[in-house]
Amino acid sequence: MSEYILTLLVFIPVAGALLLLLVNGSNAGLLKSLAFMVSLLNFILSLYLYFNFDSLNPGFQFEINRVWIQNFGISYHLGVDGISLFLVLLTTLLSAIAILSSWSAIKEKVKEYMVTMLLLEAGMIGVFVSLDLFLFYVFWEGMLIPMYFLIGIWGGPRKVYATIKFVLFTMLGSIFMLVAILVLYFMNYNYTGQYSFNFTEILQLPIPLNAQVWLFFAFALAFAIKVPMFPFHTWLPDAHVEAPTAGSVLLAGVLLKMGTYGFLRFCLPLFPNAFMDMIPLFSILAVIGIIYGALVSTMQKDIKSLVAFSSVSHLGFVMLGLFALNMQGIQGGVLQMINHGISTGALFLIVGMIYERRHTRMIEDYGGIARVVPIFSIFFMIVALSSIGLPGTNGFVGEFLILLGAFNSRIIYAVLGAIGIILAAVYMLWMLQRVLFQTIKNEENKKLLDLNLREIIILIPIILLIFWIGFYPQPLLSKMEPAVKNLLEYVEQKSDSITSSSGECDKICEKAEESSITKEK
Amino acid sequence: MNFSIILPETFLFLWAILIFVSDFFTKEEKKANLGYLSLLGILVSIFLLFSTGQGELFGKVYSSDALSQFFKMVFLLSSFLTISVSIDFSSKIQRHKGEFFALILVSTVGMMLLSSARELIFLYVSLELVTIPLYVLAAYLKPDPKSAEAGLKYMLLGAISSAILLYGISLIYGITGTTFLNEIKTRLIVDYLQIGPIGSGLFLSFIFFIAGFGFKLALVPFHMWAPDVYEGAPTPVTAFLSVGSKAAGLVAFLRVFFDSFLVYNFDWVTIMATLAALSMIIGNIVALLQTNIKRMLAYSSIAQVGYILVGMVAISERGVSSVAFYTLAYLFANIGAFVVAIAFELQTGSSEIKDYSGLSRTSPILSLMMMIFLLSLVGIPPLAGFVGKYFLFAAAVEKNLIWLVVIAVLTSVISLSYYVGVLKEMYFRKNEEQVKIRIPLGIRIALLICIIGVILIGLFPNPFLDFASQAALVFKY
Repeated sequence: MSEYILTLLVFIPVAGALLLLLVNGSNAGLLKSLAFMVSLLNFILSLYLYFNFDSLNPGFQFEINRVWIQNFGISYHLGVDGISLFLVLLTTLLSAIAILSSWSAIKEKVKEYMVTMLLLEAGMIGVFVSLDLFLFYVFWEGMLIPMYFLIGIWGGPRKVYATIKFVLFTMLGSIFMLVAILVLYFMNYNYTGQYSFNFTEILQLPIPLNAQVWLFFAFALAFAIKVPMFPFHTWLPDAHVEAPTAGSVLLAGVLLKMGTYGFLRFCLPLFPNAFMDMIPLFSILAVIGIIYGALVSTMQKDIKSLVAFSSVSHLGFVMLGLFALNMQGIQGGVLQMINHGISTGALFLIVGMIYERRHTRMIEDYGGIARVVPIFSIFFMIVALSSIGLPGTNGFVGEFLILLGAFNSRIIYAVLGAIGIILAAVYMLWMLQRVLFQTIKNEENKKLLDLNLREIIILIPIILLIFWIGFYPQPLLSKMEPAVKNLLEYVEQKSDSITSSSGECDKICEKAEESSITKEK
Repeated sequence: MNFSIILPETFLFLWAILIFVSDFFTKEEKKANLGYLSLLGILVSIFLLFSTGQGELFGKVYSSDALSQFFKMVFLLSSFLTISVSIDFSSKIQRHKGEFFALILVSTVGMMLLSSARELIFLYVSLELVTIPLYVLAAYLKPDPKSAEAGLKYMLLGAISSAILLYGISLIYGITGTTFLNEIKTRLIVDYLQIGPIGSGLFLSFIFFIAGFGFKLALVPFHMWAPDVYEGAPTPVTAFLSVGSKAAGLVAFLRVFFDSFLVYNFDWVTIMATLAALSMIIGNIVALLQTNIKRMLAYSSIAQVGYILVGMVAISERGVSSVAFYTLAYLFANIGAFVVAIAFELQTGSSEIKDYSGLSRTSPILSLMMMIFLLSLVGIPPLAGFVGKYFLFAAAVEKNLIWLVVIAVLTSVISLSYYVGVLKEMYFRKNEEQVKIRIPLGIRIALLICIIGVILIGLFPNPFLDFASQAALVFKY
């Protein structure tokens, strides 16, 4: 079982999608229930990972390693460690929730929609569990297509523009990663005499410093666009605003995390020296992202684009934590990935719920609805506060750890980052005030219906998670800790050995070494 | 001499004559049966291909080896798919329906002989056997002025390119005194390798060869004929031209290049890499502007040849095997896309991309297939095109041709936007007047083969890669 569990997690949604293809397209109810059952089954199976995960083992667990394409040394290698475990759980949870949330929102092409959702889920899980660079790329790139259709078919008025922009941006970023993967492959061959795309083998490769920088950038571009980091974020507002609710939930909740996950999983251990050299650049970009995202959010008139821009800010926090390169920072970063998935996913759900009722997302169209829809307002408040990072909610733990980590590496980043938290309170609370409180200006708002049972069922697990992580994050942190610790030790060791050995080999390396020595001083 | 190794070609040629003859005795409304008869002939030929051995014939003029077998399979497959589609398409052809199938068979025989040619005269004659039936086929819809134009244009430019190639052959013969590829190789090594700069005669003949094969491959800058011919020719012929005829040019190019010319110390890599880069850039950028699906696929096929050349430029075993592998992947995806276009054209009479709007609603399966074919052409995993491109790029990266691979991947992004443009029409645009596309039997078979090919090669490339690697072992690098 434990060897095949990851394979099951990836292929159950695919099998479900194939099954749905056989169902008559007009039977919407059956299609929806089947899709939901499949995603729920996947979620329950993924809990097996959580309960059987060995917290003391820093390496990969539930591994499966089989030959796939022999001539090229491509393997079917899957596995999770403390870093990817929670991302897989987040994916299965949010996929089930997203499918449930589209119950009444999706009226046309239900069959295609559910098939797309399930394929998307398979792709996302595949990205987080792949331990072979070829396989990783297959999932990474293959996932674009379901997302392309999700936005393009069921999206808002400017969907065609948004989806093509999304696909071109992501493809442009990831295509250089493809070249870099091939370069790594041949480097590995020259070093070991073995053709292999296997991540755990390529990891052992000492890459010369100058090559590290190029390869780092080729990988980083793909991930930075996905995150999205500050100058590459322009696709995100379009894609988010035009996507259907479930699409936004998965986009914000899971897809963006692939970027940050990529930095942590691939960029850091493969190119540790380049990563360390780039800390100032990426930390500054992260801080710019935090503040810029928050400021732009403040000015939004549309609730959904406010939430979209707040993602830029929140992901900036995650990047800041990862590039702090210490225990607290990385743990906070990973935890904040989960938190952002939960909170922002929930915000998109809530925006979707109110949009279904009033068919507008403009802040000015609302006001004072707290009295009309109290249950909705309570949920909205809790989720918004967790997104700000109020103590007692999940957001607080993550942001606190990140700032602690940043403080330990460089105080200035922590100080600037903290401004972002204040700004987050500004845009979020101001929006809440204008939407929920004040007086009812619009007559139509008086007839709003409160949440129905299905919607409450969707939100309850999210609220529970918000408070659970907020009050007692220990189970999560303790599972992450060995993996993060191991990663940090490994990176330190590897970067040292590369700097010391390359000092003897050639001049370019010497230069790089000099620069790293001067930095230490 | 073991004549059995040439049996697949011989059989197919006799079968083509049989079709020609039985055309006289077949009633007009039963001409479709001739199509099925041709399919049967191809199946037998495929069987013969895999049951006969390898070897040489006529004093090394003809050799049957793993490379020729691989490409013969490609030719037979593409002509099988073409004829299978043409059975339904023949309603558009007014006269000489039976000869249509026979001409495709004759051209296929030419391709098969070409892939085995180890001597330049034989190679030239085979090449003419490939193209002359194609001139006729391109002009088959005679009353349609576009088809007539396509035929004329193809013939005039094709004749010029053949003449250039022939000139190149005569120069080589004048310089080395032989037309056998392996002897040319020896002569080049013995007489010329030590003599510093390249002689003008040899230089000219190399350029003429590149131009002659470049024309068959529709490589930039020898691509000018392709869009008009592709647009005007009957669509099954276009599909055949874009895959079968291209693969034929490719295999001849591979033979001449790797079997003899490569030994000459000439900057092959720069020349070929430049041609590859130009084809990818120009093909993809011009394809962006097309509104007609046949023209778009024409330009895209120009770009695809550029990708294939990326593998060839690597000049390695890995390179040639990835070229062969990609040709197979390209075969299924490209013919598949054309088959969908044919089904659409038969029903609506249009091949404008904008007329595809809303197709996913009326013909969901056909649209899904088109999507898979186009995505495979872009190189989206896990389809055949992705694996193929990955290996092509791997071959080039191995030889440190990173700049070429960067151009290749960047132009892939460009190509994404026009392939996706078709998907946009089919899936995102609404069109209440869109009709449901009927899919006749022949087209159904062709679609099924193509879709299985695209998915199977993408997920389980191992056996195909093995076959392609064996083909690559034919040359010494």
